Amino acid sequence: MLAHIIQNLPQVLIDGLTLGVVYAVVAIGYTMVYGILELINFAHGDVFMTGAFIGAIVLFLLMGMGFLAALPAILVFIIVIVIAAIATGLLGVGIERVAYRPLRKKNAPKLIALITSIGISFVLEDLVRFIAELKTGNYIVTAPPMFNHKFTLNLHSALPFFNNATFQSSFLLVLIVTIIMLIALDLFVNKTKWGMAMRAVAQDRDTASLMTINVNRVISVTFFIGSALGGATGVLFMIQYGTIDPYIGFILGIKAFTAAVLGGIGNIRGAMFGGVMLGLLEMFAASNLSIITHGAMGAEYKDVFAFIILILVLIFKPEGLFGKAVVEKV
Amino acid sequence: MKLKRVVPLLAIIALLIGALAACSPKSGGSNGKTVIEIGSQSPLSGGSATLGDAIRLGAKLAIEDRQKEFEKKGFQIKLKDLDDQGDPKKGVANAQILASDKDVLAVVGHLNSGVAIPSSEVYNKNNLAMVSPATTATVVTDRKLPTVNRICARDDFQGPAGANFAVKTLKAKKIFVIQDKTAYGSGLAEQFRDQAKKLGAEIVGYEGITVGEKDFNGVLSQAVAKKPDLIYFGGVYAEGGLIIKQARQKGFDGPIMGGDGLDSSSTVQIAGDSVKGVYLTSVAGDVSKTEKGQAFAKKYKKEFGKNVESYSAYGYDAAGVILDGLMKAIDGNDGKKPTREQVTKAIRSVQNYDGVTTKVSLDDKGDNKFAKVYIYNFTEAKYPPVQKAEISQ
Repeated sequence: MLAHIIQNLPQVLIDGLTLGVVYAVVAIGYTMVYGILELINFAHGDVFMTGAFIGAIVLFLLMGMGFLAALPAILVFIIVIVIAAIATGLLGVGIERVAYRPLRKKNAPKLIALITSIGISFVLEDLVRFIAELKTGNYIVTAPPMFNHKFTLNLHSALPFFNNATFQSSFLLVLIVTIIMLIALDLFVNKTKWGMAMRAVAQDRDTASLMTINVNRVISVTFFIGSALGGATGVLFMIQYGTIDPYIGFILGIKAFTAAVLGGIGNIRGAMFGGVMLGLLEMFAASNLSIITHGAMGAEYKDVFAFIILILVLIFKPEGLFGKAVVEKV
Repeated sequence: MKLKRVVPLLAIIALLIGALAACSPKSGGSNGKTVIEIGSQSPLSGGSATLGDAIRLGAKLAIEDRQKEFEKKGFQIKLKDLDDQGDPKKGVANAQILASDKDVLAVVGHLNSGVAIPSSEVYNKNNLAMVSPATTATVVTDRKLPTVNRICARDDFQGPAGANFAVKTLKAKKIFVIQDKTAYGSGLAEQFRDQAKKLGAEIVGYEGITVGEKDFNGVLSQAVAKKPDLIYFGGVYAEGGLIIKQARQKGFDGPIMGGDGLDSSSTVQIAGDSVKGVYLTSVAGDVSKTEKGQAFAKKYKKEFGKNVESYSAYGYDAAGVILDGLMKAIDGNDGKKPTREQVTKAIRSVQNYDGVTTKVSLDDKGDNKFAKVYIYNFTEAKYPPVQKAEISQ
C-alpha cells in the first residue's frame, strides 16, 4: 500500500502543485478584499472565469490575424495574459464602483454586500455564457493547444522507488508565472507606499482616512490588483486545461475561498500557502484514497477528504494557519 | 419625488398588459385550426447543449414535415420547446409547465436519464405521454409507467455490448473504469463493469469524478499507474473530452472507451488529436449510412445551417412516433382533438414505425424492440467517427 503511494508521489506533487498555485492566486483575490472591506467577494471566482474567456478571445483574435504562427508562443502568451489581466482588473474596479461602493456609502450591513456579490457572480456567468453562445452556439470554448510539449521526469532510474512523472511545458509556465505574481504582490504590499496604505486601510479604515489616505482609491487599487491576478490566472487555467466554460469560476471560487480561510482570511501569505496545500491534498486524495481505504472510498471523496482536513485545522486554529487571532476593537 | 415611483410602476403595468396581450390569442387557435402542442425538453444550455439542441431541431423538423397531414384534418401542430438545462430540478419545473398547458398532448425528451426520471413522474401524474430519443438508464422504463417510452437502446444493453467489444475484440484484460456519479454515467459504467468481469477481464479500478471540474489528473495518475489495457468512462463529453486529453498527456496510449455521452462533435473539439484511438458505444446510428439518412442530413443542414449530431435523427424519430400516435388518436376520436389518455394509449401501440434512423415498435414497457447499439472508433480527430459494429438485441 505504502509502496503504491510513494511510487505515485512525484506525479501527484506535480499535478497538485499545478492546481494548488491556481487556487493560491485566486485565493489572494478573496483574501485581499476581505482584509480591507471584511467583504467576501463571491464574484471573484467569476472574475477569474471572465479572465479566461477574455484571454481566449484575444488568443483567437491573434490567431485570426496570423500572429500565432508568426510570433514565438511565449510572446503571444504575454500579450494575452497582460490584456486579460488589465481587462479583468478594470472589471473588478467597475464591480466595486457599481455594486459595493453605493452600499458602503449608505452604511448597509455587510450581509447585503455579500448577497450583492453572489448576484454579480450570476450576472457574470450568464453574461459570458450569452456572449460565448452567440458566437458558436456552444459555450464550452476550447483554446488552441499551446505549450503542450511533453516532458518525462525520469526519476525511476535514479530513485527506483518512484515512478516516472510526466508533465507538459504549460505546467512550468503556470508555476513560473504564478510564482512571479505571488512574489511581486508580496513585495508590493510590504515594500511600497501603496502597499503600506493598503495595510493601513485594512487595519482601520477611519484612522487611515485621517492620515490623508484616500480610502476609496486604495479600495479601487485593491480590487484592481486582486481581479487582475484572478484574470491572469484564468488565462493560465485556459492554457493548462485547454477547455473553459462559464461555470468554471463556481467550484474553483469555492475551493479558493476555502484555501483563503485555511490560510487565515485577510492574510496574503496564508492564502498562498492555503491554496497550494489544498491543491496537494485534493490531488493526493484523488489518486490515493481508494488505495488507502482498500476501495471503500474512491476518488469521488477527494473533496470530503480535503474539507475534513480543513475542519480539523479550523477546530484547533480557528483563525487559520497564518491568521492572527483578532483582538476585539474597542 | 413622486415621479420616481410612478415611472417604474407604469413600466410594470405596461409590461403586464403586454404579456397578457401576448397570451390571449393562443387559446382561440390560429386561422380556425385547433392547436395541438408537442412539448420538447432537452438541455439547450449547459454542458450538453450540443446534444440537446440537436434533439429539439430534429423534433422541429419532424413537425414541419408532417404539418400538412394534420392541417387537412383541421389541426395545427406546434412545438413548445423548453430548456431543462440538464438539471433535474429544472426538468420537473418545466414538466409542471407542460402538464398545466392543456394543449400539450405529448413530450419529446429528455436527453439525460437523471432528468427524465423525476420529470416523467410529473408527466405520468398528468397522463402526458413522453417519448425519449436518448435516455438510456434502465430505470426510465423499468418503472413500467404507461406514459414513458423511448426509441433508443437501454444501458443494460449498451454497457454489456461495449464490454463484449472491449474484451473480445480489443482483447483488454485489465480495465480501469471512471464514472461521473450521475444516473446515466454510473449506471452505464456499472453495466459495463459487471459484463467485463463476467467475461474474465480484471477491473483494476472503479473511480468517480465530479461533473463541472476540469482537472482529473489525480484519478488519471492512479489509473495510469495501474497500467490498464483500456480505460472506460461513463459520462458525457464535457468531462470525457478532458479525461481523454489528460490521459494521453500522462502517456496512456491504449484505447479509451465511452458510452453515447461521448458521441458528439464536442468530444473531438475538446480532446483534439488525443481523440484518436477512442472507442464509443452509441445508441444512435450513423445517418450517413442510409439514403434516407443522407436526405435527412441535407434537409437538416439546409433548414438550420448546422450539421446533424448523433441525436438529431433520434429527435426526429421520437417526434415522428408521437405524431403517428397522435394521428391514430385523432382518427380514433372521430377527427376531434383527442384526450391525453387516448394519445398515451395510441403512442404505446405504435408498431413498425419506419423512421430515418431506426424502426420503432414499442413493447409493453415502452422500450423499442428494434433499438440497436453501434460501436464507433475515432481514427482521426474528426467527427463523426468510423462505425465499427452494429449490434441488435
